[in-house]
Amino acid sequence: MADGATPPKARPPVQDWATDWDHFDPAWRNDPFEIWQQLRRRNCPVASTERYMGAHVPVTYDAVKAISYDTKHFSSRRVVVRNSRIDPPQPAPPITSDPPSHKPLKQILLPPFTPDEMAKLEPKVRAICNDLIDGFIKDGSCDAAQHYARHIPVRAIALMLGVPKQDGDKFIRWIHEILELGVHDDEVSMRAGSEMREYITAQFMARKQYPTDDLITRVMHSQFMGKPIPDELAVGMILLLLIAGIDTTWSAIGASLWHLAKTPSDRDRLVVDPSLMPTAIEEFLRAYAPVTMAREVVEDTEVAGCPMKKGHMVLLSFPAANRDPAMFPDADKVLIDRKENRHAAFGLGIHRCVGSNLARMEMTVAIEEWLKRIPKFSLSGDTIWSEGTVRGPRQLPIGFG
Amino acid sequence: MSTPKRVRLRIDADKCQGHNRCKAILPEMIELDAYGNAQPKGDGIVPEALLEKAYLAKSNCPEFAVEIIEE
Repeated sequence: MADGATPPKARPPVQDWATDWDHFDPAWRNDPFEIWQQLRRRNCPVASTERYMGAHVPVTYDAVKAISYDTKHFSSRRVVVRNSRIDPPQPAPPITSDPPSHKPLKQILLPPFTPDEMAKLEPKVRAICNDLIDGFIKDGSCDAAQHYARHIPVRAIALMLGVPKQDGDKFIRWIHEILELGVHDDEVSMRAGSEMREYITAQFMARKQYPTDDLITRVMHSQFMGKPIPDELAVGMILLLLIAGIDTTWSAIGASLWHLAKTPSDRDRLVVDPSLMPTAIEEFLRAYAPVTMAREVVEDTEVAGCPMKKGHMVLLSFPAANRDPAMFPDADKVLIDRKENRHAAFGLGIHRCVGSNLARMEMTVAIEEWLKRIPKFSLSGDTIWSEGTVRGPRQLPIGFG
Repeated sequence: MSTPKRVRLRIDADKCQGHNRCKAILPEMIELDAYGNAQPKGDGIVPEALLEKAYLAKSNCPEFAVEIIEE
């Protein structure tokens, strides 16, 4: 901990998950699945809490879907459930946008993330993965979260944005400060946000002098409502790509490797039959979906008979939706050949993750290259999971052979 | 023997959010616009050999945008 920093305030343990839930509670961090299952047995599929200035969490697929589709009662202007409300909310469009501005802003970002564009990037990501594996394969073991999964999305997004890969550690620190530490500490969150904006603004300035062929230049020169996009929105968009494109996929790659390390039958099956890779990746996305989003209730309403008040937040748990047995048979089993899988890992409705094709490609390539070079491996120590908004392994010790 | 039916693939453009699951499963019949939204190629008539994949494209769409119409 840095000098002068105070330790985070202790939060009382959760007494009742239906009326006092907390996604930062250690029980949720270690095994949220059992908590959601318990909550689904109640009449109301939405749990509430007075923490976070009042918040709800839907735990069924139908309730998550209903809220995702309802942009009238649920605004995206705040997308993280935090202890306080920072006003005005900082824009990171299009994730923080509502209709009608959402669509034109999202259309700026969609073309560079199509499957064809990702196919062009794929050989570079394959090279990144092999470069990382070269670094630890002789050791016979590694921390797959810290030495492998963590670096793949950072380097890929750095390539797309046109920023140095050496800045990756800085991006990861900012994300940790915004999505984990900053949820309970405004100062940490605001400082990380302004450092990111300064960093991105400096990238803009450099490109105004010497334009480059990358995503930052593209976004800077895009049009919004028939005019050049205002700098504040363009900076917010790049901030979004940095925040959303890193620890999410880091988590998904890590969770997939964690599953394969503890499930040798699935690991061996994928090694023998790589044609299972597409269904396996979709199943890892379903079962270990890392990302929750949030909405702010902007008009009193109810979902599945559960009342929600204006000003409260909603933790939109796509991971819980993906484990709902009413939607997915054997929802708590991981079936790498699951044929029908309408999972919601990338969200539902207009806010579908803009980087979903990138995430999928990175996961596929990361697992393929790992299995080619390290076909036998198992857990060799305790896995430590991140807390709160995005869930994935942050320490994942793995032994080879 | 039942009469062979003609099967047509349709995508509801209002529901499609560009998840691209159908494109991954059934690339032979799906094309994407510049924003990644899906449409069937040509008239959308599904050849016998692609029937199974077409039904999978339908049953994996997170937005329930893919429809199979038996004519």
